Amino acid sequence: MVYLDHAATTPMLPAAADTMSGLLRQVGNASSLHATGRRARRVVEESRETIAAALGARPSEVVLTGGGTESDNLAVKGLYWARRAADPRRRRVLVSAVEHHAVMDTALWLAAHEGASVGWLDVDSAGRVRPEVLAAAIDEAPDEVALVSVMWANNEVGTVQPIAELAEIAHAHGIAFHTDAVQAVGQLPVDFAASGVDALTVTGHKFGGPLGAGALLLGRDVEVAPVLHGGGQERDVRSGTLDVPAIAALATAVEIAVKEQPERAERLAGLRSSLVSGVVAVVPDAQLNGDADFSLDRRLPGNAHFSFPGCEGDALLMLLDARDIECSTGSACSAGVARPSHVLLAMGHDEARARGSLRFSLGHTSTASDVDALVAAIGPVVERARSAAQ
Amino acid sequence: MRVLAALSGGVDSAVAAARAVEAGHDVTAVHLALSSTPAAVRSGARGCCSLEDARDARRAADVLGVPFYVWDVAERFGREVVDDFVAEYAAGRTPNPCIRCNERIKFAAVLDRAVALGFDAVCTGHYARLVDSASGRTLWRARDEGKDQSYVLAVLAPWQLERAMFPLGDTVKADVRREAQARGLGVADKPDSHDVCFIADGDTAGWLRGHLGEQPGPIIDASSGAVVGEHDGAYLFTVGQRRGLRIGRPAADGQPRYVLDVSPVTRTVTVGTAADLDVRALATGVPTWCTSAPPMPGSVLVQVRAHGEAIPARVEELSDQLGLRLDLSTPARGVAPGQTAALYDGERVVGSATIERTVD
Repeated sequence: MVYLDHAATTPMLPAAADTMSGLLRQVGNASSLHATGRRARRVVEESRETIAAALGARPSEVVLTGGGTESDNLAVKGLYWARRAADPRRRRVLVSAVEHHAVMDTALWLAAHEGASVGWLDVDSAGRVRPEVLAAAIDEAPDEVALVSVMWANNEVGTVQPIAELAEIAHAHGIAFHTDAVQAVGQLPVDFAASGVDALTVTGHKFGGPLGAGALLLGRDVEVAPVLHGGGQERDVRSGTLDVPAIAALATAVEIAVKEQPERAERLAGLRSSLVSGVVAVVPDAQLNGDADFSLDRRLPGNAHFSFPGCEGDALLMLLDARDIECSTGSACSAGVARPSHVLLAMGHDEARARGSLRFSLGHTSTASDVDALVAAIGPVVERARSAAQ
Repeated sequence: MRVLAALSGGVDSAVAAARAVEAGHDVTAVHLALSSTPAAVRSGARGCCSLEDARDARRAADVLGVPFYVWDVAERFGREVVDDFVAEYAAGRTPNPCIRCNERIKFAAVLDRAVALGFDAVCTGHYARLVDSASGRTLWRARDEGKDQSYVLAVLAPWQLERAMFPLGDTVKADVRREAQARGLGVADKPDSHDVCFIADGDTAGWLRGHLGEQPGPIIDASSGAVVGEHDGAYLFTVGQRRGLRIGRPAADGQPRYVLDVSPVTRTVTVGTAADLDVRALATGVPTWCTSAPPMPGSVLVQVRAHGEAIPARVEELSDQLGLRLDLSTPARGVAPGQTAALYDGERVVGSATIERTVD
């Protein structure tokens, strides 16, 4: 099996799996007051400290959640509600046009049900929000913006955003800034405090932690309204009994992923470059999507994204799958029907280019033989898919 | 063989695919997404386009251990089946969307793509039999008379039949359900689908009204020529229909009235007695032959609706050389332009043609 879909999810790190399985049979509700509860609480708080240290946050700034989608919902809805409550004029939500659906659809929901208006921040042909675009969007009505949300690195084409610069522009107007950094952690240096953002989404399963465990890093002074109501376990903004084994495994994984990030990034960037040159050598008209500058502040090291003219992405995926090579066409709706990617459309590509695209994403288990297998298969696969599209 | 099994999410296609796997074929399953905005759940016995059906199809593929994908044919289905359905009604004709779907989607768009991607055949859960002989492949009625779907497959040409696989033709439905149960397929007791799959609530009249708007006009009695009522749209009526006619007073002869003719241009619906519905001869458009054309003039059996009776008839080419003339030995009742006439030689499907008009 050649697994080239690490951006969807990546295998758990053995140490994280060990942490998790070691705790699965240990009883304890971290909110209980007795010894068993205190033991569970200790695991949670040590994990919180580990996560905070790895990501440049204070322990009190780590709100543990059920993953990236929940963190995005909490950030976008929570910031919107809190800001609107403090100042009813603030109803504008500025969101990049290349966000994940967890942010995009949350913003659209606020527009449909909570009186928000959504401003889409255009991106350039590499998929990047230029600082002047954000500045202009804010300048239209600085007093009406509730929050800005721009992802750290794009899940489809790997484009890295100038987060610190964008956050500074928002802060100059007293506007809260959220970033979805689920693709960035483990691939790029991510430092919450240094970035200056108010809220930052992370999720375990993108860097070798468990599925269903994540966090929203939330500045100490940043107010959000809760999305999940109940026991108020996490800073009174997130309720639900804490998943102790998953949280501990999340901490183990983030610690390792961040520690190993520099070497991993270098190794993945090397593999990615040979993947890109290998594919282009076999399919000369393959079009690389995203930033052509492969430096780490421009593009995720593990990301390669192509359009293959004259092909349908789903046919390519199926033909590669039949050869035990696994990749992704990008966004899929709930029925599993591939839709042309909103990210590629926002970058100015047409529907045909969007429909004929494939994402290959590398991660900690990727090897040179994975790349070789893809390069060996892609030529005949593209040829066959091309004949099927006619 | 490399086989592409189309899984609707129902029991028939699941068992058909299971049999293809068991026969040793290299099977890949696809669910055809026919709507770009599928409903979340299935309502009653209708629909093959809901997310729940996609899930059921996926689960069947899991049980069979075969790869599963969703193929988006919504745009093509909308254009070639749904739009055609609306246009046919708007023209006063009575279409059969299942036939269009087989002709243009399942055994055309999907089959073409499958072949291009390296598959040898498309497998479906249709109840019909394929028989190979020296003279080629022939299409026959299913063993289960009640489920026989040869009528909706009679539009398939030889090149399509060559690439088709219908593993259920020799099995009765009750056995298919039992087999699904035995194989651990969760869809074993799922209700049969019928009616038009893209009209989720089954209200065809309401759906057509939504697409075509109100087009009121007169209802005229054929015997007297008098206007006997009004209607909201000629497209809401099909030949042979009795219900839904708003006729104020009973006819002079005291007999119930049926729709005899629908004329959208003049927005006129003509009604008459049951006896007026009897049709003895039909003229059709260009036929499709499943193998080769039968000798003409010659004798065939003609079926004009799914699960209708097969009537002995004489078939000959129309003088224009394009269509057929069918002289029925016993009258058929309520035949509308747009319906498909399927031609049989005993149990074997000879071919089909779209009915254009009745002939005196």
